[in-house]
Amino acid sequence: MQAQTLSPPPRSANWLDTLERILPKIVLAPSFVICVVFFYGFIIWTALLSLTPSRMLPRYEFVGIEQYASLFANDRWWLALKNLAIFGGLFIFLCLVMGLLLAILLDQRVRAEGFIRSIFLYPLALSFIVTGTAWKWILDPSIGLQKVLNDLGWTSFTFEWIKDPDMAIYTVVIAGIWQSSGFVMALFLAGLRSIDDSIIKAAKIDGASMPMIYRRIILPSLRPVFFSSFMILAHIAIKSFDLVMALTGGGPGFSTDLPATFMYTYAFTRNQIGLGAASATVMLGIVLAVIVPFMYSELRSTRRG
Amino acid sequence: MAKPKITVGRIALYAFITYCCLYYLLPLTVMLFNSIKDLNELKAGSLMAFPTQVTFEPWVKAWSSACTGITCDGLRGYFWTSVAIVVPAVLISTLLGAFNGYVLTMWRFKGSDWFFMALMLGCFIPFQSILLPMAQTLGKLGIANSVPGLIFVHVVYGTAFTTLFFRNYYVAIPDELVKAARIDGADFLTIFRRIILPISGPIIVVTVIWQFTQIWNDFLFGVVFSSGERQPITVALNNLVNTSTGVKEYNVDMAAAVIAALPTLLVYVVAGKYFVRGLTAGAVKG
Amino acid sequence: MGALSIRKVRKSYAGVEILKGIDIDIEQGEFLILVGPSGCGKSTLLSMIAGLDEITSGDVFIADRRVNDLSPKDRDIAMVFQSYALYPSMTVRENISFGLEIRKMPKAERDAAVDRVAQILQIEHLLDRRPSQLSGGQRQRVAMGRAIARNPALFLFDEPLSNLDAKLRVEMRTEIKLLHKRLGTTIVYVTHDQIEAMTLGDKIAVMKAGEVQQFGTPSDIYRNPANLFVAGFMGSPSMNFIKAKVCESGSGLGLEMESGGERFAFPAVNGEGLAAWKGREVIVGIRPEQITEVVDSHGDDPRVVRQSLPIVLSEPTGPDTLLLVHINGAKVTCRVCPDFAGVPGEKMALMFDLSKVVYFDPSTEQRIK
Repeated sequence: MQAQTLSPPPRSANWLDTLERILPKIVLAPSFVICVVFFYGFIIWTALLSLTPSRMLPRYEFVGIEQYASLFANDRWWLALKNLAIFGGLFIFLCLVMGLLLAILLDQRVRAEGFIRSIFLYPLALSFIVTGTAWKWILDPSIGLQKVLNDLGWTSFTFEWIKDPDMAIYTVVIAGIWQSSGFVMALFLAGLRSIDDSIIKAAKIDGASMPMIYRRIILPSLRPVFFSSFMILAHIAIKSFDLVMALTGGGPGFSTDLPATFMYTYAFTRNQIGLGAASATVMLGIVLAVIVPFMYSELRSTRRG
Repeated sequence: MAKPKITVGRIALYAFITYCCLYYLLPLTVMLFNSIKDLNELKAGSLMAFPTQVTFEPWVKAWSSACTGITCDGLRGYFWTSVAIVVPAVLISTLLGAFNGYVLTMWRFKGSDWFFMALMLGCFIPFQSILLPMAQTLGKLGIANSVPGLIFVHVVYGTAFTTLFFRNYYVAIPDELVKAARIDGADFLTIFRRIILPISGPIIVVTVIWQFTQIWNDFLFGVVFSSGERQPITVALNNLVNTSTGVKEYNVDMAAAVIAALPTLLVYVVAGKYFVRGLTAGAVKG
Repeated sequence: MGALSIRKVRKSYAGVEILKGIDIDIEQGEFLILVGPSGCGKSTLLSMIAGLDEITSGDVFIADRRVNDLSPKDRDIAMVFQSYALYPSMTVRENISFGLEIRKMPKAERDAAVDRVAQILQIEHLLDRRPSQLSGGQRQRVAMGRAIARNPALFLFDEPLSNLDAKLRVEMRTEIKLLHKRLGTTIVYVTHDQIEAMTLGDKIAVMKAGEVQQFGTPSDIYRNPANLFVAGFMGSPSMNFIKAKVCESGSGLGLEMESGGERFAFPAVNGEGLAAWKGREVIVGIRPEQITEVVDSHGDDPRVVRQSLPIVLSEPTGPDTLLLVHINGAKVTCRVCPDFAGVPGEKMALMFDLSKVVYFDPSTEQRIK
């Protein structure tokens, strides 16, 4: 059957029919406005702001890339970028690994699978603030994990990462993985379940062992899931704001700053709108740098079919 | 399906899964246990210890008298502020998403597919890129720092997701259904009301749950676009936990966190499978 | 003008011409079939008659009214779809009366119409069920009921039987034909199945690549196909095509044949138009049912010839056995009575009834008259 889009009804002199023709467009209009103005329009606005010397209030004078210059001369910004790389890299990698591992485990016809799955997934229902709060205290040396293990007799155990400027970012990783790996697991599980059973049966008849089947057949067919998970995780990582604010407040000092918290601090608490806008635009650039190649490769592969 | 035999492998499997489960349950249990402990017991012992004496005082305090910045009225007011934001925002963004999905799948016109792609791309923009202009705009519209203002923001940025959900659902409905209705004489709105809406139950549930969770749990919009009493509960919670006046009352903090998490957790417990469906519906593209 | 007139209708979409100029006229009460392979444009034409698709150029008249600018609901038509397209959330009764409800028919009249239709189609016991609770055949009936209830000037069917299994398809085909006889409505019916086309239609339009290859009655099209495509498309098993050189044979023209190394010539029966083709190759079309085992009832009819040919393959179908032979390098199917069927590898005496043979120009593929 030919897949055919519905053409609009033939032109008519009747004004009611004309209304009918344009009604779909009218319905879409608010979202169109939203899209154009509040998505793309605002992005451009922010980019324009980043080219102005605005501090507390917007001043629309053009100063070129001055704000970007001072942005990249700012040590704290470089730290934020470095943290993003560390956090983003570990977060994405470990979430993918955990998610895949859990999905494979759950796929082994485990009893009470639904119940276990809901345990892995419930963190997603929580706000990052709640997550951050809980982990903040768990990782606090004076009442959390360290104290528990000390009290149990392992007195030499220390886990003061959250108070250590060099290690604090890794605590964000721990909390982040806890929150998001369940989601990746759900995606991988759906992907695993959608693999045609007969392919695996054929491989078994051909004599392949389970590890080999996983490596050569199952994992490659999960490629699309890897990609969508990567994209979504990257998106979450770049946007990470709530989690850091709750877990460490950006600290100690600003050692766990991420671009998102940097932007908020400078734009809304330090009255440096221009600089904040510049940081936001750089963040946008990072997101695009991740998404555009992915979209492009997706479009190309679907066109090749 | 044959029951797998009990082997060393299976035992290891279950052991590892149990271990993982503990990792995932840890924060929740920590929050729950410590929210019903007496503060001294908490400080004497540790976070993981089971409470010997149960007290609900921290809960009462978190709800009605904890300090969130300069005011000390507990989370009570902010809870209802969140409700006032979430309910209209979910309803409006879901409605918009439904209509958009309907038009984009069954009344396509020149350029409507491009519009859909542009809208979808919008799902990915980091909100930092729109915070400043939005703050300006809310001010100019006179709804800065208000509940309607937050509703507005959540509707604007939630519509991309709700449209995606509905569109992906409606795409599976055969074209011929609408053709038959048009021949029967039904118009645009009648077709939506009498034919499409009645079979939209599942996706409406998924969308509402997803939106409810997203908006209730939001922090960024709350902290940027509101202050004082108009803040949603997530912001209030963060303030509460980070207020450093006097003694740190961990148990109250925990109770507050649980209160803030309760609505979405409850939704999850009751309708969890729809939640999962929402994730895979939104994330699996096209 | 009759019930439906299609005049010089063209359709282009994204620069591609889908329909290249269609002209069809049918009278009130006639059953028109649009048949052809996938992609020939028959469904597009139906959509345009229905008003679901825009007409690029040309006119469509329904009951003497130009409908180009009218939306589907104003054209007084009803349509039955391949997938039935029943409204899932409504009962059968509501499905059937939906169109009447939109047109603001009073409830009492609507109920009467539904009951009348349900009786005709024998679905009274299904009226309170939902589509999901019905079988394929039942859904098909409800879809037809929905169309009949509106009592329109024109019925449109878009491959309604394609989703049914073979046995049900035959049953429903008969029902549709009986319904047509009973209601006397004008019908346009799209199908890719040439058997449906032959059994149901009063008039058939055979389409290919956006053009009507031939328009006529079923027997017209079967006996006098206009070109190679129509000849090969209609009829199952399809017509045999043998390339043969026209030669002189006896007092008239003949066709040179060769099979299994043996050469022979058939008289060119009805071959007056072949005079200009002496010495050249034409394509001879002969249907399988015209090649049978030797039967004496034809006596000395000069148009019937006998020839023994080696059998290549034998396919018993039950009522007949199809035998495959090679003539002039072409695969030729013969329809013989199973009791007399020859054995593959051996020769069998076959009888060729050449009275219905047709000839085609090999380059233009048109029939040589």
